[in-house]
Amino acid sequence: MRAESHSSGPSTEYVTAMIGGQLFGLPIARVQDVFMPERLTSVPLSSPEIAGILNLRGRIITIVDMRLRLGVPQPENAGQPMAVGIEHRGESYGLLIDDVGEVMTLPDSLRENNPVNLDARLAEVSSGVFRLASQLLVVLNIDRVLHVSAQIKAA
Amino acid sequence: MDDLLREFLTETNESLGVVDVELVRFEQEPNNASILANIFRLVHTIKGTCGFLGLPRLEALTHAAETLMGKFREGAPVTGDAVTLILFTIDRIKDILDELEKSQQEPVGSDHDLIGQLHGMLQQSERAPGASIDQKLERPLRPGEVSLYELERVFRETPGPGSAPLIQAAPAPKSAPVEKKKDDEDRTESKLANQSIRVNVDTLEHLMTMVSELVLTRNQLLEMVRQHEDSEFKAPLQRLSTVTAELQEGVMKTRMQPVGNAWQKLPRVVRDLTTELGKQIELEMNGAETELDRQVLDLIKDPLTHMVRNSADHGLETPEQRRAAGKPEKGTVRLSAYHEGGYIIIEVADDGRGLDTGKIKAKAIANGLVSEADAEKMSEAQIQRFIFTPGFSTVSTVTNISGRGVGMDVVRANIDQIGGTIDVKSVRGRGMSVTIKIPLTLAIISALIVESGGHRFAIPQLSVVELVRARSDSEHRIERIKDAAVLRLRNKLLPLASLNELLGFDRDKRHAAEDGFVVVTQVGREIFGVVVDGLLHTEEIVVKPMSTMLRHIGLFSGNTILGDGSVILIIDPNGLAQALGAEARGASHIEETPEVPAETEQSVSMLVFRAGSPHPKAVPLSLITRLEEIDVNRIEFSNGRYLVQYRGQLMPLIPINNDVKVKDRGLQSLLVFSDDNRSMGLMVDEIVDIVDDTLNIEIGSNHPGVLGSAVIKSQATEVIDIEHYLPQAFGDWFRPRQQSTARHARSLLLIDDSVFFRNMLAPVLKAAGYEVTTAAGGEEAIGLLQHGRRFDVILTDIDMPGMSGFDFAELVRNDPHNAEVPVIGLSSMISQEFIARGREAGFHDYVAKFDRQGLIAALKEQTADMQAA
Repeated sequence: MRAESHSSGPSTEYVTAMIGGQLFGLPIARVQDVFMPERLTSVPLSSPEIAGILNLRGRIITIVDMRLRLGVPQPENAGQPMAVGIEHRGESYGLLIDDVGEVMTLPDSLRENNPVNLDARLAEVSSGVFRLASQLLVVLNIDRVLHVSAQIKAA
Repeated sequence: MDDLLREFLTETNESLGVVDVELVRFEQEPNNASILANIFRLVHTIKGTCGFLGLPRLEALTHAAETLMGKFREGAPVTGDAVTLILFTIDRIKDILDELEKSQQEPVGSDHDLIGQLHGMLQQSERAPGASIDQKLERPLRPGEVSLYELERVFRETPGPGSAPLIQAAPAPKSAPVEKKKDDEDRTESKLANQSIRVNVDTLEHLMTMVSELVLTRNQLLEMVRQHEDSEFKAPLQRLSTVTAELQEGVMKTRMQPVGNAWQKLPRVVRDLTTELGKQIELEMNGAETELDRQVLDLIKDPLTHMVRNSADHGLETPEQRRAAGKPEKGTVRLSAYHEGGYIIIEVADDGRGLDTGKIKAKAIANGLVSEADAEKMSEAQIQRFIFTPGFSTVSTVTNISGRGVGMDVVRANIDQIGGTIDVKSVRGRGMSVTIKIPLTLAIISALIVESGGHRFAIPQLSVVELVRARSDSEHRIERIKDAAVLRLRNKLLPLASLNELLGFDRDKRHAAEDGFVVVTQVGREIFGVVVDGLLHTEEIVVKPMSTMLRHIGLFSGNTILGDGSVILIIDPNGLAQALGAEARGASHIEETPEVPAETEQSVSMLVFRAGSPHPKAVPLSLITRLEEIDVNRIEFSNGRYLVQYRGQLMPLIPINNDVKVKDRGLQSLLVFSDDNRSMGLMVDEIVDIVDDTLNIEIGSNHPGVLGSAVIKSQATEVIDIEHYLPQAFGDWFRPRQQSTARHARSLLLIDDSVFFRNMLAPVLKAAGYEVTTAAGGEEAIGLLQHGRRFDVILTDIDMPGMSGFDFAELVRNDPHNAEVPVIGLSSMISQEFIARGREAGFHDYVAKFDRQGLIAALKEQTADMQAA
């Protein structure tokens, strides 16, 4: 990571998040807040990745379980999950993640395309990969995370 | 956008709406000078303002239209063609205005075609006798008229260049002393205008949102204080609560608009249809002043227009067909609106051909919506509801009027969306009516909170009819016909849906318990029960839309935050009805499900109780609204009578006889009778049983309050006369309600061979505001009719010795004096065969004998139709 920081050109800030053991980055411009989801109301008949809805300071927020959405394994000893608040087309969503990490500024020029053999479910919502020193960071395309799952259910 | 221009656009659009309506009125009464003066003034204002703002195209067009109208003012004959032409011109003006709004520039183009036609028309009218060429030519002004000169002068003299005074200049003559007579409407209008201000809609929306949040917070606080009995916050919170309620009401009011605003363009639509279809159509509008939330209003505008078009296009016949059917050539489309509870009811009715149930059935089968076998079992009402299914249209040729790719399904979808319900009623050959019931406001609704599968859900009170506790050891128990769960409720079989099953909490139907709470729900005319695990309370909730990711789930219409801060889902009754239908289409026909095994003797559910003596007493269960047990501590004694606070109201309690003593402690059993908003409780010692038995009152009684004695379950039992007690609770119980008096009590003839039923039904009917005459048989009834007695509606039993109900109905229909009187059949058994025979005989409706609510509803419907006709 330190190695890349001297690169010139435009860069983007990402909020990093662990989901099922994989590091993801969410463009910070789209992230409203990070909160602990409490008093979740489950929605019967909804698709499995909808964890439920909850009241966050008077707003009703739809919570999406990112592990199920991305098809990554459920760790056995999961702690209290966190949620990243997102505004999408005037509606509020919360993406359920395992843990939230630091904020990273990464130059756009170093973002690489998805490897062709990336899991289809991941590839669909990823808009590139950064090679960090210790691990890989998959950039999440939030519109696609929310949009596609809406379509799946409409079908 | 330029302020001036924006102001101009708002004003002009309003003016044009008025002109549309006025022109149609004008065509009907071409001699009404005040209407003409109105139109003229409006167009004149537009013209003047256009000139001022430098909009040459609009100015030229309005000028030409104004000149032609000037001619009419001077007495030139008004032809339909001329009005059409002016309407065309107004459409063109609207088009230009639309463009103007979008691009802030007058669109390029020419209106020479229209201007040419307007001039042509002008010349024609000049040639016509009585027309004068010189526009300046003065003649004595009629009362209610303003001279052209006067108008011009006021117009010019108003100081410019500000737009506001300019625009107000034109209405100025309205208040001029010249018009004292006919222009009362105008005057109130301008007075109103002075007392009101324009507020941006967004501001109001924002206010509403804030108030909704305030209501939520208040609920939260109330919930918190409820848990601490003696909190010091209690009093101030109570005050806050009241103020919030008032504020909510106040803000709600600012959003209210008369429903007439949504109707404004309908006269024009109908007029155009008249020309296009070659039909004669009269549009009646009642209750245009009924107010509702503007958001709701916006949402129903298009559905309403569509419904009116539909009625005019498909519903009404051509003049020839109407003549052949013995109807007046002119068809009527009637729009009415009124408030009922927290809802507004809007009805679009026509006196056309009605729905062709056969055709609809065939189409539904062809489209695979229902199997042939199922279709056979369906009631008329259920078949008619197919018109709300997507892609359903029985008209084979698509006309350009209503066949525009939108059907009743779209109308229904729109209504569903705002939490309303839609229903259709149709009588073949006599017309159909579509009724929509929508909440006055979308923001806040009253909801019943229920529990299912460990979760809480809200069911809108709009569709909740009643709540029943089902227990395996009581008479209300859940029974099964194969997999279909049903509930016996007052001699009706109610199809049941388990919320647990529908929501996927419990997929195994066999596990469904026999106990549970049943929320009796009504959607349109379909009634079904929803089994839930628990009933919690009712709460005013602020409806929030579902997230797009969840909107596909038809069972939910939205979600809300409760007072305790948790989020719950709002159940959509329409979705429930659909889910129930899809699950077991066959089971949901309450009308056809055979009643208690067909016996020739009518069996009645009787409630047996004891009061004052060990001898059993009984009363027909159908008369009782509810059975209650209340803590005697809650009973108050005031002003010589017992009272209890019941469902937010004071309910009088009457001991059934002097031997009944109010207990010192424990629970007091009550039979509760409700009607409209009033309830009374009859105090009894003990409720013994509910029995189904044939009922023969063998010995009459002279005791007040006792009809007579009958053998029930082989025991002599006194049958109580409810009519005796109701006036004790409310002196005016049988006096027609204010509503009814306004409409004057309607006369009703009740025919039944059984004394008991006559005695049982007469008070119910009287209580509903009817003037009741009874007859013991068809022969006696015919005798009454032959002696010139006239009734607004006739109710007749079907199985009677001598003349049967069918024979009677046929005689009535063939009697020229009474052919129009609605006849409703009463029977304890309603089967397909009966319905078919009844239709032949000319029955307008059928009601099961013990279905009190159904009966009143059917009566209301029939008499309402009649009244409007």
